[in-house]
Amino acid sequence: MDTIKIIIAGVGGQGIILASDLLSDAAMNAGYDVKKSEVHGMSQRGGDVVSHIVIGKKVYSPLISFNEADFIVSFEKIEALRNIDYIKDDGTMIINNMQILPLPVASGSMDYPKNSIEEIKKIVKKTFIINAEEEAKKLGNIKVMNIVILGFLSKHIKVIERKYWDKTLKEKLPQKIFDINYKAFEKGYTLE
Amino acid sequence: MKELLSGNEAVARGAFEGGVHFACAYPGTPSTEILENMSKYIEVKSQWSVNEKTALETALGASFGGMRALVAMKHVGLNVASDPLFSAGYIGAKGGLVIVSADDPGMHSSQNEQDNRNYARAAKIPMLEPSDSQEAKEFTKIAFAISEEFDTPVLLRLTTRISHSKSIVELKEREMVPIKGYEKDIKKNLILPAHARLLHKKVEERFKKLKELSNDFKYNYIEYNDKKVGIITSGISYQYAKEAMPDASFLKISLTWPLPDLLIKEFAKNVDVIYIVEENDPFLETEIKSMGIDVTGKELIPIVGELNPYIVKVSLGVLKPYTPKNIEVKAPPRPPALCPGCPHTSVFYVINKNRLIATGDIGCYTLGALPPLNAMDTCVDMGASITNAIGLEYALKKNDDKRKIVAVIGDSTFYHSGITGLIDMIYNGSKATVIILDNSITAMTGHQDNPGTGKTLMGEETQKVDIENVVKGLGVKNVKVVDTYDLEEVDRTIKEESKKDELSVIIARRPCMLIPEMKKKKFDKYQVDETKCTGCQMCVKLGCPAISFDKTEKKAKIDYDLCVGCSLCFQVCKFNAINKI
Ligand SMILES: Cc1ncc(C[n+]2csc(CCOP(=O)(O)OP(=O)(O)O)c2C)c(N)n1
Repeated sequence: MDTIKIIIAGVGGQGIILASDLLSDAAMNAGYDVKKSEVHGMSQRGGDVVSHIVIGKKVYSPLISFNEADFIVSFEKIEALRNIDYIKDDGTMIINNMQILPLPVASGSMDYPKNSIEEIKKIVKKTFIINAEEEAKKLGNIKVMNIVILGFLSKHIKVIERKYWDKTLKEKLPQKIFDINYKAFEKGYTLE
Repeated sequence: MKELLSGNEAVARGAFEGGVHFACAYPGTPSTEILENMSKYIEVKSQWSVNEKTALETALGASFGGMRALVAMKHVGLNVASDPLFSAGYIGAKGGLVIVSADDPGMHSSQNEQDNRNYARAAKIPMLEPSDSQEAKEFTKIAFAISEEFDTPVLLRLTTRISHSKSIVELKEREMVPIKGYEKDIKKNLILPAHARLLHKKVEERFKKLKELSNDFKYNYIEYNDKKVGIITSGISYQYAKEAMPDASFLKISLTWPLPDLLIKEFAKNVDVIYIVEENDPFLETEIKSMGIDVTGKELIPIVGELNPYIVKVSLGVLKPYTPKNIEVKAPPRPPALCPGCPHTSVFYVINKNRLIATGDIGCYTLGALPPLNAMDTCVDMGASITNAIGLEYALKKNDDKRKIVAVIGDSTFYHSGITGLIDMIYNGSKATVIILDNSITAMTGHQDNPGTGKTLMGEETQKVDIENVVKGLGVKNVKVVDTYDLEEVDRTIKEESKKDELSVIIARRPCMLIPEMKKKKFDKYQVDETKCTGCQMCVKLGCPAISFDKTEKKAKIDYDLCVGCSLCFQVCKFNAINKI
């Protein structure tokens, strides 16, 4: 393994920062060097959020270039589309089947692309669609959607063994919300 | 112990480990989290200042008293603090004084991408530039040591990618540094011309010694590899260049001012060609060229915008430009917007409706400039709304232009630099209307307390500075306070006050919906009665993210989860098609 490059994309408020923090911590706990980068600021006001995470023996840049990402995890359907140029040829795309209308769409001046998933599948062979929102609702708290997605992703990142994920979740999540988040992770981990 | 820290967290940690006694800042992306994290170390007195100038002067005061002091700001904040910066360069630092400037190449959330390395050169003070979080922590500690040893303030320059990227940091214990104590020393601390003339000489001598330091500095180092290509770089650019040309020889500069001239000359002798990889200005390039060394920099590397590994690789010719993937569908943009229930919305709705000229300012409310509100004409720098109005008002008058001007400014911005402008208005007889958008928090940068909230950074209660009293105390006669959820009142007040041939101040008050007390409150949500909706889109013009318009059905819709029940859409609907659930 040289490096593993992961992009997590979505919309402000979806829990992307926490998910990418946990992923980075799990990688560190597994003994790897890791860097992650995201831009805060305007994105807090309903804009899109992107987090880049690079894991390896030695990592220089925290930023990922076009055609380099091993994984793109998109918390919202069209954010996968927005970042598609970053996926490498045999990369894996994980798309949460959720739709959040951007303002130009909501106000009726633009359309929300209808067939984005089919179009992405044409380009990225390894594309997984998951319904994390539904799973989180079933668990009784929509807020753990990000952890369901993280659980699903974790299964695909073979270099981080499950025990490091468990250690990270235990260390980083407040006691009060640990149980539901652990369940959410487990749910994501076992999703097909 | 190892931990993943952002650059900002690492600076706070470094200051803590380095025995800092006092820290202050005015918030500003990407620097804000430095002080937010400082406040977690209860051994250190940390506070929000009212602006960057007051912050630097406060920190200098602590340094006069022999304390180690840290002050942080975003790049444009250093413009505001530049007056004391230059003085501090002469005065020096009894207690270590570290000034953190977080620059924003790419302007992720700034109005320009000025390169604050230029300030180090102009103020003749040393500058350190970390290239990851471990260095950010280390360099903060080193900066205090340099500051005290060389009797100088030290600039620590971060960029957005350093501030907001996380990497692994090794944590250490806090060093116990005694407070040196205050002693009167007017030859140093009171810069009359007579004293300053002597101090300037000292500054030039200090500069020579700092140059020696730079040549011996452990973090200015050469990595010889293939000697056909040499790269000189600093900060985050080092990481990009390492990825672009892993086999090249490198001179990594961490103390970027003054530059290590001998080291640079040695490197130049040993490699065939030199590329300079740096973000924004050709700072290293200009200096190194002036040493008579042939280097290539901005000819290849863009001056505009943020760098990344891709740009560096393509610029250096080691990668072919990328051809975008062949995909038909495109993602519509997701511009930031005022939140559902934002207390600023109604004011902009009214400004737009009444076609007023609005000189604007910087904060969440600058988003009122975007469609569909389109309610702002100018945005220059913090505080400029008020003072721009003074000049523009005069220009309109001389041109027989009858349009009315409102200056729109947030509460934090008003404390930062609006008050002096308002005094200017009064003094010079302005008849404009100032609208202070008081959402009782500094929202844009992530909800920091300010003089109006009655709380300090450390969470203590403190005396509130009441905007109404300030404005009345200055002598403004027309002062109105409106609740921004009452659209009719907002509309009437703005119309009445802007018509007056006198200066007016309207305080448009309602707390931000995102502060914890407001989030806890429950409001009745609203829905659209489709049988009554005519598709007129009046509600859509509010720009509320909870409201969408279905083009095929020609009906407005309100997203139940997003609605916070502000009732503005209910108030604008002429057909009673919106009602409480
Ligand atoms: C000189 C300077 N310092 C700091 C900033 C960063 N900044 C932009 S807006 C803002 C605060 C605005 O707060 P407020 O006026 O209360 O408006 P709100 O965002 O709450 O609507 C800050 C600190 C800046 N742009 N310029």
